[in-house]
Amino acid sequence: MALPKYTEPHYRIWHYFYLLICGCVFFFLIAPLFVIFPLSFNAEEFLVFSDGMKRLDPDAFSLRWYKDMIYGTKNPWGLAARNSFIIAIFATLGSIILGTLAALGLSSRHMPYKGLIMAILISPMIVPLIISGVAIFFFMAKVGLAATHLGIILAHIILGTPFVVITVTATLSGFDHSITRAASSLGSSPYNTFMKITLPLILPGVISGGLFAFVTSFDEVVVVLFLAGLDNTTIPIQMWTGLREQLSPTILAVATCLIILSVLILLTAELLRRRSERLRGINR
Amino acid sequence: MSSETGKILTTDGIPLEESLKQAEKKNKIKALLLVAPLLLFLIITYMIPIGDMFSRSIDDKMVTNMLPKTYKAMENWDGKELPPEEVFEAFYLDYKILVKNKTAGKLQTQLNYEKNGFKSVLKKLARKQKKFEEGNYKEQIMKVHKRWRNVEYWRAIKRRAPSYTYSKYLKGIDMYSNEDGKIVQVSEDRRIHRILWIRTVEVAFFVTLFCFLMAYPIAHLLATLPMKYSNLLMICVLLPFWTSLLVRTASWMILLQQQGIVNDFFVWTGLVADDNRPEMMYNKTGTYVAMTQILLPFMVLPLYSVMKTISPSLMRAGKSLGATPAVAFFKVYFPLTIPGIGAGCLLVFILAIGYYITPALVGGASGTLISNQIAYHMKSTLDWSFASAMGLMLLTGVLAIYWIYNKLVGVDNIKLG
Repeated sequence: MALPKYTEPHYRIWHYFYLLICGCVFFFLIAPLFVIFPLSFNAEEFLVFSDGMKRLDPDAFSLRWYKDMIYGTKNPWGLAARNSFIIAIFATLGSIILGTLAALGLSSRHMPYKGLIMAILISPMIVPLIISGVAIFFFMAKVGLAATHLGIILAHIILGTPFVVITVTATLSGFDHSITRAASSLGSSPYNTFMKITLPLILPGVISGGLFAFVTSFDEVVVVLFLAGLDNTTIPIQMWTGLREQLSPTILAVATCLIILSVLILLTAELLRRRSERLRGINR
Repeated sequence: MSSETGKILTTDGIPLEESLKQAEKKNKIKALLLVAPLLLFLIITYMIPIGDMFSRSIDDKMVTNMLPKTYKAMENWDGKELPPEEVFEAFYLDYKILVKNKTAGKLQTQLNYEKNGFKSVLKKLARKQKKFEEGNYKEQIMKVHKRWRNVEYWRAIKRRAPSYTYSKYLKGIDMYSNEDGKIVQVSEDRRIHRILWIRTVEVAFFVTLFCFLMAYPIAHLLATLPMKYSNLLMICVLLPFWTSLLVRTASWMILLQQQGIVNDFFVWTGLVADDNRPEMMYNKTGTYVAMTQILLPFMVLPLYSVMKTISPSLMRAGKSLGATPAVAFFKVYFPLTIPGIGAGCLLVFILAIGYYITPALVGGASGTLISNQIAYHMKSTLDWSFASAMGLMLLTGVLAIYWIYNKLVGVDNIKLG
């Protein structure tokens, strides 16, 4: 941001000071993530930069922790990754279906008790996770679903639907209902109208809600800690155990993979947001 | 007659009003049916279990059910002197069944909570009662241990008669109801929960404050920069936002360890001596630093979305009317950002107050919060009713914050993303 020429000196100083503060905050936000990258390629077992790494000696870097992550003895990561993906995918699908339906109902003009129902639907987002964890654990234990994949998937649907409800309701708020009426008046069945007209238009909202639900499930530890047995350990659980017991570089290799995954998710979310803005721009 | 003719009919001959009402009703049912699956799912798997936590937290049927005859016999006992023979007999009979079913251990633990030293007395009785003769149980029981002659112990049993209790809630704030039924504080060295509550609120408050102080300038910068720069900088906010919580906590564990980069930096600048590196992890400092960084995006995003809608010409107008930049900022710009500040602070405070993972990993003993205590009782001591009680106390706090916020700012003013 260039300042105009007539800016007074003390304001100019203040402006550069402000930019400096901003720079520090951005550094504080992003820098910790970049510590993990180089250390995950460490040839040694310690979690500090070795002298060799500081000299950029190629021998100080290696892929041994990545190998350990994939081929390591009694390797927990493979199973954890499989479980995490299975749980997250099904939880996302469940959240999308239930959440989108509910959002369609909620954005109808005829919906009674809208405020109350909305409050109930987004409550899992408001209630501290630890309480949700305790409550869901009691329920799952009662119906015998504790330590099963299904139990964890259901728990993650509970935690994921609020995001879908919120994003889809937001997308629907700019939705022109006369299009669907036009479709119906031209003889389209409600199902057909939904599939051909409504869904394509709200799809960006559905997918970004789904992304939130996916990340929520993929990253969720607190509830899984209560629910998971030995067979359904997930990546977060495995990391949690690792971080508690001993911080090994293998964890950093996993963390690097997770950061790459989150970059991909961020890019998808960003593309969707732009597409959604463009679509809504046409609507206006 | 005039009203008859005044009615407009649809083509099927039904009055329009009625037809519209029917359509309205149909639409209402349709909307409800769409919401119903999720609503029912959440009510069954989520709302009812939270209610279940409440009944669990006040539930005290265990002891009541273990000593049915005793409590029946105790109904007429005023608790001033030693109970009469019937009570002794009933207690002997109840206890005999418990010993036979091998559930006496539970009663021993429960009564020991009520009165210290009960466990050993009951264990001794379990051994001796096999040789009891019929009749005159009062004498025989009192002979087993002299504490049976102490009326305090019988009062302790009587206190557990009701099938519900609020003692778990009292325990949550370091109180208990003593022998006379008065509510008093526990002894000074055992007041752990109150410290935790205060620390939780303190950490949540300061983390919110730090987040606000750091988020405000960068949200402002993001909102005022041209799109192509701000999009790039936005990645700095969004990437941590989308990154796993555990990954970010792990990176702080690496940074803050004693041989870590932050300490290296301090040594390099000469702020601290190499052999005197400060402990920055496993204490409150670690909790503050890590939680602030992790929750910062939740403050930036609402602030940004509000600031984005404020037209820059407002500030210019203020300045052109003679305000200095500072006055224009505080009189024009700042008040307009209050909905964003409210939303961000609410979000961060509520997330912080229930935080579990980060304090557990970097907090050490002095940096753990109330949720760590809840998890501890859920997983280690298995005192689930106490965990439920604490959880509900926390939930009440969170809901109270919402309520106050709604009164002050209005939840409708929240803007997320």
